[in-house]
Amino acid sequence: MKKKTIKGAAMILSALQKEGVEIVFGYPGGAILPLYNQLYDSSIKHLLVRHEQAAVHAADGYARVTGRPGVVFATSGPGATNLVTGIANAYMDSVPLVLITGQVPSSFIGTDAFQEADITGITLPVTKHSYLVKDANDLPSILSEAFYLASTGRRGPVLVDVPKDVFDQEAHFTYQVECDIPGYKPTYEGHAGQINRAVKAIRDAKRPVILGGGGLISSGASQALRNFADKAEIPVILSLMGLGSYPGDRDLFLGMPGMHGSITANYALTEADLIIASGVRFDDRVTSKIENFANNAKIIHIDIDPAEIGKNVQIDIPIVGDVKMILEVLEKKLKPGDTSAWLKQIKSWKKEFPMTGGLSETGNLLKPQFVIRELSRLSGENTIVATDVGQHQMWAAQHFIVREPCAFLTSGGLGTMGYGFPAAIGAKIADPDSRVICITGDGSFQMNIQELATAVHNQLDIIIAVINNGYLGMVRQWQDIFYNKRYSQTALPGNPDFVRVAEAYGVKGLCASNVQEATDAIEKALSIKGPVLINFLVEPEENVYPMVAPNCPINDIIVGGE
Amino acid sequence: MKHVLAVLVEDKPGVLSRVAGLFSRRGFNIDNIAVGETITPGISRMTITVEGSETIVEQVAKQLHKLVNVLKVSNLSKEPSVSRELMLIKVKAEMGSRSDIQQIVETFRGKVVDVSPDSMVIEVTGNEEKMEAIKLLLQDFGIREIVRTGKIAVLRGSKVTGEF
Repeated sequence: MKKKTIKGAAMILSALQKEGVEIVFGYPGGAILPLYNQLYDSSIKHLLVRHEQAAVHAADGYARVTGRPGVVFATSGPGATNLVTGIANAYMDSVPLVLITGQVPSSFIGTDAFQEADITGITLPVTKHSYLVKDANDLPSILSEAFYLASTGRRGPVLVDVPKDVFDQEAHFTYQVECDIPGYKPTYEGHAGQINRAVKAIRDAKRPVILGGGGLISSGASQALRNFADKAEIPVILSLMGLGSYPGDRDLFLGMPGMHGSITANYALTEADLIIASGVRFDDRVTSKIENFANNAKIIHIDIDPAEIGKNVQIDIPIVGDVKMILEVLEKKLKPGDTSAWLKQIKSWKKEFPMTGGLSETGNLLKPQFVIRELSRLSGENTIVATDVGQHQMWAAQHFIVREPCAFLTSGGLGTMGYGFPAAIGAKIADPDSRVICITGDGSFQMNIQELATAVHNQLDIIIAVINNGYLGMVRQWQDIFYNKRYSQTALPGNPDFVRVAEAYGVKGLCASNVQEATDAIEKALSIKGPVLINFLVEPEENVYPMVAPNCPINDIIVGGE
Repeated sequence: MKHVLAVLVEDKPGVLSRVAGLFSRRGFNIDNIAVGETITPGISRMTITVEGSETIVEQVAKQLHKLVNVLKVSNLSKEPSVSRELMLIKVKAEMGSRSDIQQIVETFRGKVVDVSPDSMVIEVTGNEEKMEAIKLLLQDFGIREIVRTGKIAVLRGSKVTGEF
């Protein structure tokens, strides 16, 4: 029997259905018209953003919450190039995305045609892999590979560039979700010999710590980590990307390490005799001066990406594989050592150096840390936080208590201002029953403020907490500390009245400039349906502390004026 | 130290720019690179000479291996191997100097592949030291142009670098 042929565009939507995709984030345009025409009759939902960059960030937020690849459509040329920041962001944070871009028709490629851009070339260094489809007959295998690559191993964004004529080309469609790629064989099970060495090292350790990161969340290792840490009585430090994989309110949790980490976490890493690094990549914001990092410790490094092991620091016991599977094996084989003296030491550090920033507020000035703590206190369980980048991001990481994985979405690697709000939109779509709060700054928010329209149009219950200090606060802080208070181009004097901007879009707007107003506004926002913006007018020159200056050892900490 | 990496890749569009791009963006230096087909259709072999410490070269190999189109990466410098490069040298050759040049070429087991009234083209194969040695000797006559292929290498003995 001869099978009937279908168009390339129809193949793409069928493939998405077979991959279980429910929603696509995107923005139409000329070269991708045939795909949007096909989408018109499809049961797959589409979230229309107002700028392509927001589509990637929203898909990224969606992917971080669901654990499944986020899917993006954009057109050729500027549509595709507007994706680049979002793709780089997802690449740095290992977020699974499948991006489908329209391209000028095959015969025009290379002629500098209208809205032509070599998007596979442009995104080469920031994608896990990419394809330029030349023939619709290749579409099924390419799409299946794209989803497989995005969502397995160390996850990441995969781009599929489709010329306009390929959307319209008729071909046979058979789709296999499973695929075999000869040059791609991720390792999941850890090496038994190395695991045994790790078990011995843990048994012999007197001052062990776990340093966990985003890999814990990607692999769903949260429960495995809890079981392992609790049974072994080993304290847990989580990088920005790892927050939530161990409950932020437990005694064994020491906070975040590095530049704006807790003093306890940094002291513990410095004094430790064993670091169990799990799904972390020893970023410079964590290690600071690498020569002085954890000199007293043996390091076990568990990671799915072999290239991460030994990249930044020397590793004593490397274990390549899935961190969840490996932590489960380690827990089973575990012979806990005696960590009681160490835990006592840690307890005394925690008591001596609590995360207290912003407690000393008096009277009228609203401290940003207070706002974050109130948001944390009042929002309750099942809350997802999406942050932007800057001071508010660090305050959120320090003061918002994250209890569950996939509940703290932040641009960790690339540090993309403008990430938070669209990511919050993606998170709300992924999990409509969760409360979603976007913690942003007056600088960051204006990088994707146009998405207020998307939030209103879809009546998404999102609280947008603008920590408004009238500055690009983190840059101003560096100018304050390292550049003699020469505030070059960091004040934002043209800021709009955010409440009125919100209202203009049809979003409820609230304002708070003191402690009482802040608490009231949060309580009110929590009771309102649909998107709400709160403009928190906070102390303009508050700094983030503790702080480790760049290229200083992590136990050399600036505590600030508190 | 110089390391010679044998990289087996799928012959897919863009694979060379993926490999080259990886080197530039991670700050690794390619000393030279040679690409050609293998006995398996659809699979090419890149021979890449990299300058760097053991740690750097290990990182290069791991990063290369992450590229989806890269099937296998082997460091040939870690085992006994044979390496060759082909060089074409165009040298000034007046009537009086031709026989001197000819002698040098013979000593190096090279070949004269073209002669014109005032120049000769010489073909030499060998390892890097040999290339440098003949270059040095011919310099006095006046070298006008040099073209080199980049190094290719193979393991000694019956062991092969990859089967796909």
